[in-house]
Amino acid sequence: MNNILVASEVTKHFGAHTALNKVSLEIPKNCIYGLLGPNGAGKTTLIRIINQIIFPDDGAIFFDGQALKGDHISLIGYLPEERGLYKSMKVGEQALYLAQLKGLHKHEAKKRLKYWFERLDIGDWWNKKVQELSKGMAQKIQFIVTVLHQPKLLIFDEPFSGFDPINANIIKEEILQLKANGTSIIFSTHRMESVEELCDHIALIHQSEKILDGKLSDIKKQYKNNNFEVGMAIDQADDLLQELTTNFEIREAQFDANEKQLNFKIQLPTNDTRQLLDFIDGKANVNQLVEIIPSASDIFIQTVQQKDL
Amino acid sequence: MSKLALIIKREYLAKVRNKSFIIMTFLSPILMVGMVVLIAYLTQLNDNEKRIIGVFNESIYFSEDFKSDDETGYAHLKNTNLNAAIDSTLTMGYYGLLHIPSKTSIEEASKHAYFYSKEAASLSSLKEIELVFEERLRDEKLRQLGVSKQEFEHIGDAFEINTSTFSGEENLKGISELKASIGGIFGYLIMMFIIIYGGFVMRSVIEEKTSRIIEVIISSVRPFQLMMGKIIGTAFAGVTQFIIWIISGGILLLIAFAVFDIDPSVLNSTTEITSTMNLPGGVSMPAESNELLGGYLQEFFKLPLLMLVIFFLIYFVLGYLIYSSIYAAIGAAVDNETDTQQFIFPIILPLMLAIYVGFFSVFSNPHGPIAVGFSLFPLTSPIVMLMRLPNGIGEGGVPLWQLITSILLLIATFIAIVWLAAKIYRIGILMYGKKPTYKELFKWLRY
Repeated sequence: MNNILVASEVTKHFGAHTALNKVSLEIPKNCIYGLLGPNGAGKTTLIRIINQIIFPDDGAIFFDGQALKGDHISLIGYLPEERGLYKSMKVGEQALYLAQLKGLHKHEAKKRLKYWFERLDIGDWWNKKVQELSKGMAQKIQFIVTVLHQPKLLIFDEPFSGFDPINANIIKEEILQLKANGTSIIFSTHRMESVEELCDHIALIHQSEKILDGKLSDIKKQYKNNNFEVGMAIDQADDLLQELTTNFEIREAQFDANEKQLNFKIQLPTNDTRQLLDFIDGKANVNQLVEIIPSASDIFIQTVQQKDL
Repeated sequence: MSKLALIIKREYLAKVRNKSFIIMTFLSPILMVGMVVLIAYLTQLNDNEKRIIGVFNESIYFSEDFKSDDETGYAHLKNTNLNAAIDSTLTMGYYGLLHIPSKTSIEEASKHAYFYSKEAASLSSLKEIELVFEERLRDEKLRQLGVSKQEFEHIGDAFEINTSTFSGEENLKGISELKASIGGIFGYLIMMFIIIYGGFVMRSVIEEKTSRIIEVIISSVRPFQLMMGKIIGTAFAGVTQFIIWIISGGILLLIAFAVFDIDPSVLNSTTEITSTMNLPGGVSMPAESNELLGGYLQEFFKLPLLMLVIFFLIYFVLGYLIYSSIYAAIGAAVDNETDTQQFIFPIILPLMLAIYVGFFSVFSNPHGPIAVGFSLFPLTSPIVMLMRLPNGIGEGGVPLWQLITSILLLIATFIAIVWLAAKIYRIGILMYGKKPTYKELFKWLRY
């Protein structure tokens, strides 16, 4: 089996509201899988079903080839979007408690906690109460507690919220390290730039349905539309621009008279740029020709809007 | 350690280490004992104050009857008139003045006797004076009828009917009240425990919701485990508190009585006084009243105490589980404590009803239809049944079928309520933002 998790036609209703409608996913092992979608799309419902917090009305989930069951809880680590800690409990005691709830032995949990506390440079917090910590500090504890029992599958829901950029980077590095160690990761977020940086696969959920999924690079290929950004040095742009506009779809054309530089975006009928270069044919010195690869954000917005039409 | 045990341990420790809990646990016995000691001390002070009453007796009667004793002193004023006597009573700071005018007969003199005092006279002082008059008047009447005092005492015995159960056991009068009171104490304990510790369970659930740790935890354990762990852990904390209260309260009370040199029987003395006063001729019979007390004690130990304790535990556990799981569901449904009021009232209602019905109906008729009804109804049975049980099971007590039905109903309700509460709990803990209505809670049951 190459998939750590398979969802097959998962459906969940809350009263009259359908939270998930026949959602099927295949999450490959050892990758970072981005679960994307607007607010209220059903991501959290799906994540809660995977964590067996709630149960689907229909459909099935398979974890590592087996139908999802209670034992799998200790193989999954979950960092919810709505997260917190007992305010009046001491950090060390609390981390131990949560680790033990995941099935770790007290002794082993203590050893690993020591390791992680040192790794994230928070060794002297053991006897502090959570209410004495800043929000970012508490988030670090929460991260540690999520990964401590070395789960096969990690689920992060907006993991970077509450972190300053420096600590967010530390956590990002840790996530990549976990992936390198063989962990599979589901990553749910609105922050598209982190999707670009981290995710190998994505699925887009909108209005309770999956509307797109696959490898991020494949999806990008699929969504690129023979759009190019072109720059050229030319003394007088008007004539050429005129000709180009009649033959191609030109957008955002800009001519800088001082620099004698013309920039524009162009959509070609095929992915072959030679037709453009042949057309220009020495009338100008092309100094920039880049294919526009849509960002995850573009894909997200475009797909959702298409769906809404 | 199993997950449930882990949760119970954490809940217990979190509760027991809580500062306000520690303060409550150790301060309450001191406060309670302080109150008892204060009351006992004040009662003693009150009794120790000796009242002096001026007596201005112009008649030829009663000359020997008003003699000073420990509690009241009589100052006899002679060779004066009423106004002067009142003046001297005031200047001497006496409690009051008893005036007996000069009349031809003892009846006339008694009829026109007056008691003057600065403020309204206390009942106990008047009672004492009245007793003297009564006694003298009776003696006078007896003398006219030609009956000697000894002969009167012989016929004047108070009569109390002897009571017995059909099985032939002799009963003391008032024993059914005593029995109901013992059951009442058990019932009251259950109610207090449910209200206090059910509230703790509820606040603990709300805390987990507001601190947002709830989703972290229920990704490791089932919500049902968390709810039960919380309920059980809190109950252990409650039991700990009760044990500390009983032990420390007992020790403190003993120390306090030793230090202040208070006779613990002072607290019971009021009942003895009234019983002595009602005896004809004011003849007190301390020996007999001791015997009576001994009889009650004996009767108390004759109660099926072991059976009572066992059923107390059964009803306590089931009752607490039912109510605290409702409390847990309420805690899960709301975001903060101020929103809980509308839901708490309907819970407290049956508890209150049980206590009041118990005190008014079960005391007067332990096996009447109302007592039976409420001791079968699951939300009130833990309290009402315990009030009936001191009468025993079977003949003369609670019929066996009622006991079994009551417990079976309670168990069925327990399963149903915990199941429903767990459903509300499961949905509620993940709901934020809005105050739910009953309609919504009902909808959650079907998710």
